Amino acid sequence: MPTVNDVCHHVRSKNAGPYWVTFDLFFKDAEAFQRYHASPALGADTIHRLFGADPALVKRFAAPDLKVVKISYPRTSAQGGEVERDMHAGQQFVRLLDIALD
Amino acid sequence: MTTGPIRILVPTGSLGAGAVEEEIRYGISRGAQAIATDAGSTDSGAAYLALGISKNNRGSVKRDLTILMKAGAEAGIPVIVGTSGQAGGDANVDWTRDIALEIADELGIRPKIALLYSEQDKAVLKAKNAAGRIHALAPLGPLEDQTIDACDHIVAAMGPEPYMAALAAGADLILGGRTTDTAVIASFALLHGAPLGPSWHAGKVSECGAQCTVYRDRGSGVLISIDQDGFEVEPLTLTNRCDVESVSAHMLYENSDPFRLTEPGGVLDVTDARYAPLDDRTVRVTGSVWEPKPYTMKLEGAAAGRYQTLMLIGIQDPHVMADVDAFHDRMLAALYQRVRSTIGEAAGDFHISLRMYGWNAVSGDRPPAGTPAPRELGVLFVATAQTQEMASQIAKACNPYFFHFPVAMDKELPSYGFAFTPADIDRGPVYEFKLNHVVETDDPLELVRTKWIDLRREEAA
Repeated sequence: MPTVNDVCHHVRSKNAGPYWVTFDLFFKDAEAFQRYHASPALGADTIHRLFGADPALVKRFAAPDLKVVKISYPRTSAQGGEVERDMHAGQQFVRLLDIALD
Repeated sequence: MTTGPIRILVPTGSLGAGAVEEEIRYGISRGAQAIATDAGSTDSGAAYLALGISKNNRGSVKRDLTILMKAGAEAGIPVIVGTSGQAGGDANVDWTRDIALEIADELGIRPKIALLYSEQDKAVLKAKNAAGRIHALAPLGPLEDQTIDACDHIVAAMGPEPYMAALAAGADLILGGRTTDTAVIASFALLHGAPLGPSWHAGKVSECGAQCTVYRDRGSGVLISIDQDGFEVEPLTLTNRCDVESVSAHMLYENSDPFRLTEPGGVLDVTDARYAPLDDRTVRVTGSVWEPKPYTMKLEGAAAGRYQTLMLIGIQDPHVMADVDAFHDRMLAALYQRVRSTIGEAAGDFHISLRMYGWNAVSGDRPPAGTPAPRELGVLFVATAQTQEMASQIAKACNPYFFHFPVAMDKELPSYGFAFTPADIDRGPVYEFKLNHVVETDDPLELVRTKWIDLRREEAA
């Protein structure tokens, strides 16, 4: 099974306000987008497993014109707390790269 | 709307990021009727609101504001700045005001300046809360009064209305407190009768300046032109271009929802927006919809928490590299033990973390078995305690163990690479955001204060 890194040309993460993190997965082409955009491997359970987020609050959107899947989740601790390791959440995407898609 | 499209020049993604004089000249030659930019964000953390300080240095903000105020005065068009001084608290606005007054003096210009303040009084917010007019946004729950009290500063993000009122009253320069980025840019167009959907959407697309262009390293700004049916966006540098992807993709940026954006008084819905190239560097957007909703303003509150002291060592010792996780675990346990045995109960509910840069500091996750050792490690020691003095004492107690912690007890003690003396750095408090709530208002100006500095009149007097 291909990974996110195999089928996307760009993956990024960033804060969406102090309490949310958002990912944008830019698929390489329309075929890859069509085949994998709804993959269960990109579902709320995965985001819960990787980031501890409440799966009921995880949001997921498909933007076919851009061949993009957007996933957003609430942080388990607010931006900038005592245990902050990634103030802008700009490195959180790395944990998505190796997810195998089906 | 009177005649033709409304044209707004957005010079840069954030005041101080680097406005380009040539671009401003081009935008004005294309008929720009206002210059609008935001000057901040929550993105860099709560310290800027809690302390009332800017993230950008004074020199770069002054440089950009000088370019904009000079161009505005020469062209006779207003300059609109939102979320002044990074956080948009009252102190952040006043910091920017002082720079603007200095610039006006240096340029010999006499603008009529509107200062829009949206910092909130705690008693007012408690009354709103008691009246059931403050609502939580996920993932936070209902607001407690003690959370309001815990904040050092609280701002409410303004919509366009205070800006529209200031423009209608003849402001040459508006320095606003915390405002949604989109509202700052849309305000001029909305005052002059441009339709809601395209005005808000144009504000969103252009809020980060040239971020919505194809070549983000070519220039800083964009020109938006809003008419009755839609809007157009073009870069201010001629060698740059916008295309359908660069413009439509901007709705993804730093938004949790790429189709619906909640703003004061409504929701911008771009689900059915259509993007088309107008020429080789301009994109036209139609079909943006504004859904009116009851008026709310988003609250942001920042507070100082406990205090931290840092130490940093570099390690290349192959014995450490052979099992980084085991080294981390044993050192951390030893440091906790050291604090308990030397400071004891007085240390209170302290916390120590060791961030292994080069190994797993960013995620904190354990790398899978078999992950090759790095060539070197940076180990950041972070002590957190109730006071700065105690965090500092904890670091000092840990210093010899952190510096010499052995891999094997029967060998000579190693010495790791400190970069500084003294080795410990008092970092100050942890600054945190406390609120993720919206407040209902009776009207858009209810929680906003406008002050005027009319240099025109002072000259006449």
